[in-house]
Amino acid sequence: MGLSDKSVMELEDVALKEKKKSKKEQLPWDVVQISRHPNRPILQDYLSRVFDNFIEFHGDRFFSDDKAMIGGFARIGNQKVMLIGHNKGKNTVENIERNFGMAKPDGYRKALRLMKLAERFNVPIVTFIDTPGAFPGLEAEERGQAEAIAKNLTEMASIEVPIVCLVIGEGGSGGALGIGVGDRILMLSNSIYSVISPEGCASILWRDAKFAPDAAAAMNITAKALHHHGVIDEIIKEPGEGAHSDYETTARDVKEAIIKNLKSLSRLSNEELIQKRFEKYSGIGKFSI
Amino acid sequence: MAWYTEPTVEKKTTQKKLWVKCKKCNSHIYESEWIENLNVCPNCNYHGSITSYERINLIFDENSFVELFDNISPKDSLKFNDLKGSYKDKYETAIKKTGISESVVTGYGKINGIPAVVAVMDFRFLGGSLGSGTGEKILQASNYAYDNNLPYIVFSASGGARMQEGALSLMQMAKTCAGVARLNKKNIPYISVLTNPTTGGVSASFAMMGDVNIAEPGALIAFAGRRVIEQTIGEKLPDDFQTSEYLQDHGFVDSIVDRKDMKNYLSNILSYYNR
Repeated sequence: MGLSDKSVMELEDVALKEKKKSKKEQLPWDVVQISRHPNRPILQDYLSRVFDNFIEFHGDRFFSDDKAMIGGFARIGNQKVMLIGHNKGKNTVENIERNFGMAKPDGYRKALRLMKLAERFNVPIVTFIDTPGAFPGLEAEERGQAEAIAKNLTEMASIEVPIVCLVIGEGGSGGALGIGVGDRILMLSNSIYSVISPEGCASILWRDAKFAPDAAAAMNITAKALHHHGVIDEIIKEPGEGAHSDYETTARDVKEAIIKNLKSLSRLSNEELIQKRFEKYSGIGKFSI
Repeated sequence: MAWYTEPTVEKKTTQKKLWVKCKKCNSHIYESEWIENLNVCPNCNYHGSITSYERINLIFDENSFVELFDNISPKDSLKFNDLKGSYKDKYETAIKKTGISESVVTGYGKINGIPAVVAVMDFRFLGGSLGSGTGEKILQASNYAYDNNLPYIVFSASGGARMQEGALSLMQMAKTCAGVARLNKKNIPYISVLTNPTTGGVSASFAMMGDVNIAEPGALIAFAGRRVIEQTIGEKLPDDFQTSEYLQDHGFVDSIVDRKDMKNYLSNILSYYNR
């Protein structure tokens, strides 16, 4: 109605600029929401799109088979790997069965058993991190949640095959780190990695969980901030509004990034690998001298 | 992960005499008696907190302790601010208050004549939280033990990872464990002594990884907080849940040793190290 093509184009231009601007001003709390989006792809979604021929192995040989943590041999392109990851669900039934991706000591012990199996077969390890945290429950404490995680951190420092870790959603504290020590740490651009949940931090330091957005900003939990601080090595940019808006493109980029990193790590001898991993972790942290 | 922030012992000043109220049995004890008894309640054997240097004096032979890496202190690399102000103000206050520059004191010395490297955490310094500087010192001390083939002992007293350093503090769990892994590889003994409290990210890293895990009586040793667990499972937990004794019952602690016996107990274990 009287709008010329030119002014339509101008309006579109303005709209695009506004969109870009609002994207740039994305707050850490917005990222938290995307990382927890109900349609965000979970390990199961990547299993079919990134990997072939998944052979799942069950059980920790101590107590149970924790369904919050799964693992087994798989192929990615031409490469054979041991895939291990937190196993969230998409609906209530799945989430209850998988305990919302919160592993018990049994899950961490299963993960370690499979890492040792990878070492035995001399195949690299790929871990997918996506958990609100390790399960905080009676039986988890009873069976040694702290010991199970500590053991993984210690063993992963000296496992003699390459380890590539990828945070696909929530990197919740020690529960994430329990399968998160490796030679390359990657993050999807809308995933988070944090020492404590923003809600938990807010309820302690702000005395009220409703300050979670402030805590999220203060703790530097986004991929970009963590890359800046040297905690992670690479960010995989998500398409469109986030990984949930385009599974195929996300999976393709994830696959490419993993293959690329495995390839560069394959050039290192075992000794070099362990030495470099030790140096990598020795160098993380900022303090005054 | 640093959810444990409550002070355990209340010191009260009255007009003339100074006395201490035991947090566990509520009895009032003269401060002189409290100190003479190594900050342990003479009534119920509750082990109150002690400073790093007090512990070092208890464990090491006179004049044998040499401090290392005391030039390391925190840094506010995230410019962290919460309701009560900046992280920088908090650690500067802690440095002034405690006279130490991080939440752990590291060095080497002799225990009944046996040389060992040690890291002793101090709960007064930001709740003994694990920051980048803490992790660095604990790693450097383990490297010193590695290079000199000396046994390594860590006394933990910590609420967990230091939230004000975000994921950098989380990564100190991996960093300190990488140091433990190297000691394991070289067959150098690592003894972990868990004192009240050892929780969150510290229990889930180096503190649980001792070749021998020793605990002081009645210490709180936990991964997740009691309140969080009670909310998760919707029921009350037993009183002894997450204590040294509970951990020993469940197979995670080798022995529970009174503070007054700790020195001789450690030197007895170390005397078996044939190298």
